[in-house]
Amino acid sequence: MKGKPEDGLLISPIRNGTVIDHIAAGEGLPVLRILGITGRTTEELSVATNVESRQMGKKDIVKIENRELVKEEVDRISLIAPKASINIIREYRVVQKIGVEIPSEVVGVIRCPNPACISNANEPIRSLFACQRRGYRCRYCDTMITRDVGSYIV
Amino acid sequence: MHHIISIREVSREEIDDILDRASAIDSGNFDSEALKGKILANLFFEPSTRTQMSFASAMMRLGGSVISLGSVEASSVAKGETLADTIRVVSGYADAIVLRHPLEGAARFASESATIPVINAGDGAGQHPSQTLLDLFTIRQSMSLEKINIGFLGDLRYGRTAHSLAAALSRYDARIHTITPKGLELPPGLTEDLIEYGTDIVVHEHLEDVVEDLDVLYVTRIQRERFPDPADYASIASSYRVTPDVIRGVSDRFLLMHPLPRVDEIDPRVDALPCARYFEQSRNGVPVRMAMLQKVFL
Ligand SMILES: [Zn+2]
Repeated sequence: MKGKPEDGLLISPIRNGTVIDHIAAGEGLPVLRILGITGRTTEELSVATNVESRQMGKKDIVKIENRELVKEEVDRISLIAPKASINIIREYRVVQKIGVEIPSEVVGVIRCPNPACISNANEPIRSLFACQRRGYRCRYCDTMITRDVGSYIV
Repeated sequence: MHHIISIREVSREEIDDILDRASAIDSGNFDSEALKGKILANLFFEPSTRTQMSFASAMMRLGGSVISLGSVEASSVAKGETLADTIRVVSGYADAIVLRHPLEGAARFASESATIPVINAGDGAGQHPSQTLLDLFTIRQSMSLEKINIGFLGDLRYGRTAHSLAAALSRYDARIHTITPKGLELPPGLTEDLIEYGTDIVVHEHLEDVVEDLDVLYVTRIQRERFPDPADYASIASSYRVTPDVIRGVSDRFLLMHPLPRVDEIDPRVDALPCARYFEQSRNGVPVRMAMLQKVFL
């Protein structure tokens, strides 16, 4: 399968792996960060930022070779790139298209900003945030995260 | 299993049910052996003698027994045991837990580790539903909870009792008036919640501007620690103090409430006026907690 004309020059098609498209411009690197991809990990990847897009004006695209994202990773991406579309590629073909949807809750992904919250204490606990219209609400202390969710991702 | 963690999750029907039970109990109508053979564990990880005693009293009046943690310093908590483990262990010793904890959300977390019901008796700056229920009960002894005009005076930023009471009364279409020093206003999140419920919130600078329209004035303590400069505290404290003069023109049904302890936000000369309800409020803790225990156990 060929890359779309709009990104064809920037990033070549991959054989196996994941393409995350329609990331808002500038959010490509944060997407890598929340997937745990750093300069020290070994994934073969391409990142294109500020690519022209008919739908979005500008967008970022991330391609990761030989890694298929799983649901929990997709949920994480939804926190900072709610419009992203995720394509799983095998032998150059898109075998699965996953639309990112905002899950009703996110477990173990965001750290509560409230230092007095039990979820930040030394307890066997997974953080849990309910996704609400105005933001993310901590199940334990009710603290709301209304902006910059990315900076609270663990 | 029936936990009572946050007033937000108690429906209006459940609130009415608890208050009806509390009224019956208050007029002597209860079975003093209803909880015979049941054991309540009072787990107070921070001191709150009155809340602890009133839960113990409530349990014993219903024929049950109480065990407690003793001092935290002397317990295994001091050795670094997690709350989760303490709760699991105590679940094997008792039939319900009353928890007071310095961290917010501790009661919710405890309810996830417990195999018996958990009642939140205050977690950090978070929730304290039994206080809210006894506040509602005190108001209901004098008037219907429907559509009241209630003023909140003092620290509304950190005052959790005011937060939960405001949230509860919003289910009864209350009109909420706030009178607070700068910097101690209602947190924006709560304001939005209240507006979402359809509650009218009116902000006032001076108590005198609104007191004559109020059915209830709920006073909370302004903590000295919130003000780096002692002079600022002194000037603020004096302008948020209820004196007989300030409440001279109030309506006949007006109630003055305070979750106690108070420092000097209410002039002691006010205590003798018929509107002063704070000691009654505190006494109401027992029937209301009896009603909560009935609900949790039966
Ligand atoms: Zn929290």
